[in-house]
Amino acid sequence: MKREIPILITLVSGLFMLLAWFVPHPTVRSAYEGLQNWAIVVVGFTYVLGVANLLRINVRQVSRKERDWPYKIVLLAGILVTMAVGFSEGNHYTDVDSRFQWIYRTFYSPMTATMFSLLAFFIASAAFRAFRIRSVEALLLAIAAFILMLGRVPLGAAIHPAIPAAADWLMEIPQNAAKRGILIGAALGVMATGIRVILGLEKTYGGGES
Amino acid sequence: MSFLAGLRYMDRRWIFLGVGLLVLLPLLFSFHIAPVQPSNRARGFYDAIEKVPEGSVVLLPGDYDPGTAAENYPMHLAAARQLMRRNMKIIALALYPAGPPLTDQVLRIAGAEYHKTEGVDYVNLGYKVGNELVMSQMGQSIPKTFPVDNRGIPVNKIPVMKGIQNFQQIRLIVNVSAGYPGTKEWVQQVVSRYHVPMVAGVTAVSAPEYYPYLQAGQLHGLLGGMAGAAEYEILVGAPGLATRGMDAQSLAHLFIAFMIILGNLAFLAGSKKGNGR
Repeated sequence: MKREIPILITLVSGLFMLLAWFVPHPTVRSAYEGLQNWAIVVVGFTYVLGVANLLRINVRQVSRKERDWPYKIVLLAGILVTMAVGFSEGNHYTDVDSRFQWIYRTFYSPMTATMFSLLAFFIASAAFRAFRIRSVEALLLAIAAFILMLGRVPLGAAIHPAIPAAADWLMEIPQNAAKRGILIGAALGVMATGIRVILGLEKTYGGGES
Repeated sequence: MSFLAGLRYMDRRWIFLGVGLLVLLPLLFSFHIAPVQPSNRARGFYDAIEKVPEGSVVLLPGDYDPGTAAENYPMHLAAARQLMRRNMKIIALALYPAGPPLTDQVLRIAGAEYHKTEGVDYVNLGYKVGNELVMSQMGQSIPKTFPVDNRGIPVNKIPVMKGIQNFQQIRLIVNVSAGYPGTKEWVQQVVSRYHVPMVAGVTAVSAPEYYPYLQAGQLHGLLGGMAGAAEYEILVGAPGLATRGMDAQSLAHLFIAFMIILGNLAFLAGSKKGNGR
């Protein structure tokens, strides 16, 4: 029963949502909306679970003084202080001069932007150390990379107007063709997986084997 | 060992220093390597907004967070400016938890420039958990999906939300997106189902993913990364952060291309030396 009940719920709700798409009757629409609301609530609860799990794992690692434990204290302090400040300010946490917004502007915003901007340094380093042109395919990739890197910035047009035109051609013809193929393949895969889930053939979402 | 072969053992901190200086110097000492030329994709974005009648209701989902603000924020601000210049009623929201403060900032700056009032001319509905489900729910009822705005005010008391039920009242979706959930999901869940016209501003790394939608006409315009944002700023007539950043990006791209060539030359020189032994 532990396996059958989740499969049954998935089957019934999956088939209902599929059929409700085509049925505009108010009763069906109302149930359809209700199920979507449930799903939003369930997704909301996963955030609570995520925070609880993060706290559980990191508190345990700090108490055992496992590797990098001082950093985990910073993580725990960060999450607890931010939550406490946010909850203490109620609906005013979105005000421009609130303490929650100060934490957002002073810590969260620059730190996340810094993490993303580090990519520029690592891409340059990887370009030097790892991008080896050893085959025709690698040569084609390198040529495409040069055209796109220069064609996507004003410098490319300043060097020669053909560079941005070539970059546009690469993006709109070969890239687009490949992307369409990938998208169609992925969509078919999603449909196949959806049908397998609804029919109970795919059970990995419940922790079981397919 | 030749100079080129020796480069293989170069401390990578020299590369970091090179990137850092090439990005920093153009930002500190503003100079213009080359003018920004708007592409057809940016023109499509701009024209789509121009074609919407003045005073129409436009949805402005800002689906990004500070991680990609360097690319997304300038296009978001420029879009808010164009929308407000055309007296559009803006309904903004975010499907990224850390998105609403950025949306607030954009609306506040553009609102002050064009003398717009929060609640009357625009509203920030804030963040809602649920990704595609939120989009789908909005198709049934926007007030039920977002019963209160970002400040906790019930939407039935907000003048700009008067008469707004679902996507039937929305004339255009202007999406600023960093990934999932974002442009792809808006196209799949809303554009294809409710046939609402849409334009999108996305990060450079994700832009190739949306070319099929652009070519199919499901997107009327597309801004890719900081370059797209700079092109759009020029069209809006308000050169800003992205336009200033283009010199830095130009030099960084040139440096990376140079690093690929240099890395391969060093590799070749090292290989020849090894074979000769």
